[in-house]
Amino acid sequence: MISFNHVTKSYGEEITAIDDVDFTVEEGKIVVLLGPSGCGKTTLLRMVNQLESITKGEIVINGENSKDLDPIELRRKIGYVIQSNGLFPNMTIEENVMIVPDLLGWNKKKKRERFEYLMNLIGLDPKDYGKRYPHELSGGQQQRIGVVRALAADPPVMLMDEPFGALDPIIRDKIQEEFLQIQREVKKTILFVSHDIDEAIKMADKIVLLRDGKIMQFDTPSEMLAHPNNEFVSQFFGKDRAIKSLSLHTVQNLREVIGLGPVDEAIQDTKTIHVHQDLRNTLSMLLNQEADQVIVKDEQDENIGTITIDMVQKYLHFEIKGKMSASQEG
Amino acid sequence: MKRKKIIGNSVRFALYAAVAVFFIWAISNSYFDYIFSQSDTFLVLLRQHVVLVLVSSLLAILIAVPAGILITRPKFKKVEWVFSNIANLGQTIPSLAVLALMISILGIGFQTAVFALFIYSILPIFRNTVAGIDSIDKNMIDAAKGMGMKPHQILFRIELPNSAYSILAGIRTAVVLNIGTAALAYVVGAGGLGVWIFTGINLFDNGFLISGAIPVTLLAILADYILRKVEYIVVPKGSRRVEKA
Repeated sequence: MISFNHVTKSYGEEITAIDDVDFTVEEGKIVVLLGPSGCGKTTLLRMVNQLESITKGEIVINGENSKDLDPIELRRKIGYVIQSNGLFPNMTIEENVMIVPDLLGWNKKKKRERFEYLMNLIGLDPKDYGKRYPHELSGGQQQRIGVVRALAADPPVMLMDEPFGALDPIIRDKIQEEFLQIQREVKKTILFVSHDIDEAIKMADKIVLLRDGKIMQFDTPSEMLAHPNNEFVSQFFGKDRAIKSLSLHTVQNLREVIGLGPVDEAIQDTKTIHVHQDLRNTLSMLLNQEADQVIVKDEQDENIGTITIDMVQKYLHFEIKGKMSASQEG
Repeated sequence: MKRKKIIGNSVRFALYAAVAVFFIWAISNSYFDYIFSQSDTFLVLLRQHVVLVLVSSLLAILIAVPAGILITRPKFKKVEWVFSNIANLGQTIPSLAVLALMISILGIGFQTAVFALFIYSILPIFRNTVAGIDSIDKNMIDAAKGMGMKPHQILFRIELPNSAYSILAGIRTAVVLNIGTAALAYVVGAGGLGVWIFTGINLFDNGFLISGAIPVTLLAILADYILRKVEYIVVPKGSRRVEKA
């Protein structure tokens, strides 16, 4: 758990980079710091592992005030991932990943086992990749190594500063999925910086939206999309925020609320979609469809019904617009 | 690509041919005879030359590399320009002038020559050390810090291995320059192969001139070759490619 208690950072009298920030990252959750560039999100992240000083207030990490801890000890207990992966070109992949365990003085056998476990987690062969150097890997692989390096000593807390920002959209999407998969297994407390709204919606349990060092809103992604606190928040998420919010819902959610249409066996020209597909992708597939019928399949690959654009619209109206209009009235 | 190769090969061939013609000319005029007829003197001069270069280069490395490291520490970052300018100034004074100045302080002889050569070798080593460390990606240092590396661990595990190529290139430049400049040691009475070169100039004797100059050249080429081999051993495999790219 990371608690920010009225944290302020200022340079001299004039400039306030972080202004009375107060929120908590619950154990095992991902909180995304989101905002336009210069809003202070990276500064705030770096204050946690004392790469930046705190002017006022305190940051409490798992019950300990960060001010009372030795910065070196503290940093070794916090995983740290940066955008430009920060791998050391003079070291092999294995040496890179095992830096913190090495600093902590783990023995060879323990390090070896941990390395194999981590590499299997990201689907890279530890024997093959261990002896290679960073420049011999692709950008996506380097970033994966950057992530497992932060996990190496099994720290309870992780700081990630736009970890997937430098990757191309297709690879980024894949690595995000992969990372969420890993997170389900390791359940770290994560503070994650991003400027990408879609990434924030996808990764976050909760989002902190920052502007000029102040918190504009601290909420779950769906709440933030449905009930923006103020003009800035709704503008930041854009006019298409209803569509964005669809990525938080799956075909399964829709099925539970309004059900699916019957399958017409007579129609030959069909496409299929998985029941756990999110609605945003489903909608874009429906808009692109050349087939006469889109059939939903469940885990057992059985046909369980059909879906149409009208149904997505209806669901959007009930689930999301319903909330939005309620918020406008309230 | 093919054209480049042809040009490259023809230049190389012309160079080899020129060197071969030179040696044929020199040998047919028996200009190398002094090396064999006065081999005792030759070996003494060669030894003096090598010792001058070794002592002054080692001193320069011992001073310039730590100075370069020190100046790139955050505490000293602000005064970096002062030291860079002093080192630059050292290089702009002609080597003969440095020698002449040193005579008035240290008198003539070995120590004067060593000191002048040492002053002259500092700059390339110092400058390359600073440039090598400064060129390391700041994000990499940030990552190292963020993972809880102590300053000395960052220096020895990250900064020095990744700037080794640049530092060694500076040492190589300094040593090769030094071998040539050491021929001037004759002027302050410190011996070396310069003795034969200057004798050759004074007597218009090509034999002395070439018997002195060619070994100096070969010595420089040999030093360059050896230091490149050292580079291959010292520079970590992963950072070698980055520097060459």
